[in-house]
Amino acid sequence: MSLAENRSAVGDDAAAQLVAGLPPPPAVWCSGLRKRYGKQQAVEDVSLEVDRGEVVGLLGPNGAGKTSVIKMLLGLVHPDAGEVMLLGRPAADPAARARVGYLPELFRYQPWLSAAEVLVLHVRLAGIGVSAQEQLDCLSLVGLADRAGDRVGGFSKGMQQRLGLAVALVAGPELVVLDEPTSALDPLGRVDVRDIVLALKSRGVAVLLNSHLIGEVERVCDRVVILDRGRVAASGTLAELLGQREVRLQLADLSPAAEERLAATGVVERAGDWFTVALAADEERTAVPDLVRDLVALGVRVHAVEPARISLEERLLGILRAGKEGDE
Amino acid sequence: MTTTRTVLTIAALTLREALRRRVVLALAVLTLVLLVLSGWGFSRVAAESGATTLTSGEARLTASIMLNLVMFGFSLIAALGTAFLAGPTLSGETESGIALAVLARPIRRSAVLLGKWLGLVGFGGSFVVLAGLAQCLVVRQTVDYWPPQPALALALLVAQTIVLLTLALLLSTAVSPMASGVVAVGLFGATWIAGVVGAIGASLGNDSVARVGTVSRMILPTDGLWRGAMRAFQDPSALVEFGGSEGQAFPFLSVAPLTITYVLWAAVWVAMIWGLAAASFLRKDL
Ligand SMILES: Nc1ncnc2c1ncn2[C@@H]1O[C@H](COP(=O)(O)OP(=O)(O)OP(=O)(O)O)[C@@H](O)[C@H]1O
Ligand SMILES: [Mg+2]
Repeated sequence: MSLAENRSAVGDDAAAQLVAGLPPPPAVWCSGLRKRYGKQQAVEDVSLEVDRGEVVGLLGPNGAGKTSVIKMLLGLVHPDAGEVMLLGRPAADPAARARVGYLPELFRYQPWLSAAEVLVLHVRLAGIGVSAQEQLDCLSLVGLADRAGDRVGGFSKGMQQRLGLAVALVAGPELVVLDEPTSALDPLGRVDVRDIVLALKSRGVAVLLNSHLIGEVERVCDRVVILDRGRVAASGTLAELLGQREVRLQLADLSPAAEERLAATGVVERAGDWFTVALAADEERTAVPDLVRDLVALGVRVHAVEPARISLEERLLGILRAGKEGDE
Repeated sequence: MTTTRTVLTIAALTLREALRRRVVLALAVLTLVLLVLSGWGFSRVAAESGATTLTSGEARLTASIMLNLVMFGFSLIAALGTAFLAGPTLSGETESGIALAVLARPIRRSAVLLGKWLGLVGFGGSFVVLAGLAQCLVVRQTVDYWPPQPALALALLVAQTIVLLTLALLLSTAVSPMASGVVAVGLFGATWIAGVVGAIGASLGNDSVARVGTVSRMILPTDGLWRGAMRAFQDPSALVEFGGSEGQAFPFLSVAPLTITYVLWAAVWVAMIWGLAAASFLRKDL
C-alpha cells in the first residue's frame, strides 16, 4: 500500500468514527414548508422534527394542512418553499424514502392484485429483501393472514386500510407515516393499531401519526404538533401541553377575602358552589394543601377537593378556539 | 440498477393489469371475430375468382384492399385498446389514490412512467403483431395472397400504436382518464380523415387541400405510418390496376412509400411527447 492510499484510508476511518459517534439524524426534519393551492394557502411555514424512535402526533381540524404536510414530506406534493430531510437525506433524493413506510389517508391498492401480491410489489419497489414468511407475518399482524390470496378489489374498506398498514410496515421501515390509520377500522382494529405503534416505538422506529381520535394520540404519542390553518399552533411533549393542572372545590360560606385567596392561586371558574381553579404547571406541589388550609382559616366550609387533569381534547379545543378569537 | 428494476417491475405490473382486467380477453375475442369474418369474406373472393369472373390482377387488387381494410380494423382496435388502457393507468391511479402508496416508495416518477410506457408498448405491440400475422395467414390460406413486406408493415403498425399510446400517456398526466382516451382516439380519427382529405386533394391536383394531409401527418404521425404500412401490405401491381395516381384518393391503398426521414420524425415525435409527459408527471401534485 502506498503512503497516500494509507493516509486516505486512515482519513476515511477517522471520518467513519466521527460519524458513528454522532447521534443518528432525526427521522423527519422539515423547515419552512409552504404550499398554496390556487387561492387556498394550505400550509404556511410549517417546521417540525421527529426523532428516531419517537412517536409524534399530528393534530388539527379538517383542512388544517396535515395531509398536505405529510405529502410534502414524502415528495408526493411539491412544496412552494421549505426543506425536508428524511432519515438524514434530503427528500429530493428518492433513496431517502428507502426506509419509510406510508399509509395514505386515501388508501387504495391495485384491485386486480391479491393482498400478498401487493406486498410483493411494494417490497420489490422498496428494493429491500423481505422473505415471503416475513411478508405473511406482516399480513397476519394486521389480521389479513387468511385473506392473503384474495383480490384486493373484493376487500371491505377496513380490510383495505389494514392492508395499507401492512404495506407501510412490510419493508423494514425506520420511519412510518400514518395518515388517519384508524379512520375505517373497528374498535378491535384501533386497539391493534395502538399495539402496532407501541411495538414500532419499542423497536426504535419513528412514527408520525395523524389522527382525529385524540384518545388514541394521547395514549401512544410522545409529542404532538397541532396544526391550525396551515400553521403550527402548538407543539410539545404531552407533559408540556397537558402540564396545566386544575383543582375542583365545593365550598360554602365564602367571604370576599376567601374569594381573593382563590383568585390569587389561579383562574377561577364558578358553577354554583363548585369552583374550578387552574394551577400553573410550575406550581408548588403544596399549592393545594396551602389553599385548603387558608380557606379553612378564612372560615370557608370545604365540602370537597378534587384534582382534575386537563385532557388533550380540552387543550386542543382551547388552542383552536384561542386561535379563532385571535383572528377576529 | 434500482431504476431498471423499478421500470421492469412497473412494466410487468402494467401487463398483468391488462391481463387481469380482461383487456386481453376482450381483445382476443374481437380479433377472433374479425379474423373469422375476414376469412369468410376472402373465401368468397376466392370462390368468385375461381369462377374466373375476376382476372388475377383484379383478385390481387381486391385482396390488397381487403387486407388493408381489415388491418385498419386491427389498428383501430389497437389504438382504442391502448389509448383506453394508457389513460386510466396514470390518471386513474392518481385519481383513485393507488399512486400514493406506490410513489412514496424510493423510486423516481420517470422510472414509473417509463415502466408504464414499456408495458403498454409490449402489450399493444404484441397484439398488433399477433393479430396482423394471423390475418396475413388467413389471407394466404383463402386467396393465396402474401403481402410483399409483411415484417415492415407490422413494424409500422406497431409504430403507429406506440405513437398513439404515447400521446394518450401525455394526455393522462394532464386530464381525467376518460377524457384522455377520448381525445387520443379523436385525434387519431381526425388525422386519418385529414389524410384521406389530403389524398383526395392530391389526386385532384389541389395543393392546398393536399397540404391538409401533409400537415396533419406531421402533427400526429399515426396516419403517415399507417399509409406506410398499407403500402407494405398491398400488391405493387394493385395501384396500376386501380388506375395509377388516381388510386391515391382511395383510403385503403397507398401511393407514396414511406421515407426514412418520416420514420425518424415519428421517433423524434415520440421522444418529444414522452419528455413532455415525464415533465408533466414529475410536476404533478398527488
Ligand atoms: N389537491 C388539492 N387541490 C386543492 N386544494 C387542496 C388540495 N389538497 C388540499 N387542498 C387544500 O389544502 C387545505 C389543507 O388540506 P389537507 O388535506 O392538508 O387538510 P387535513 O388537515 O389533512 O384535513 P383532514 O383532517 O380533513 O384530513 C384544505 O383547505 C384543502 O382544501
Ligand atoms: Mg387529512
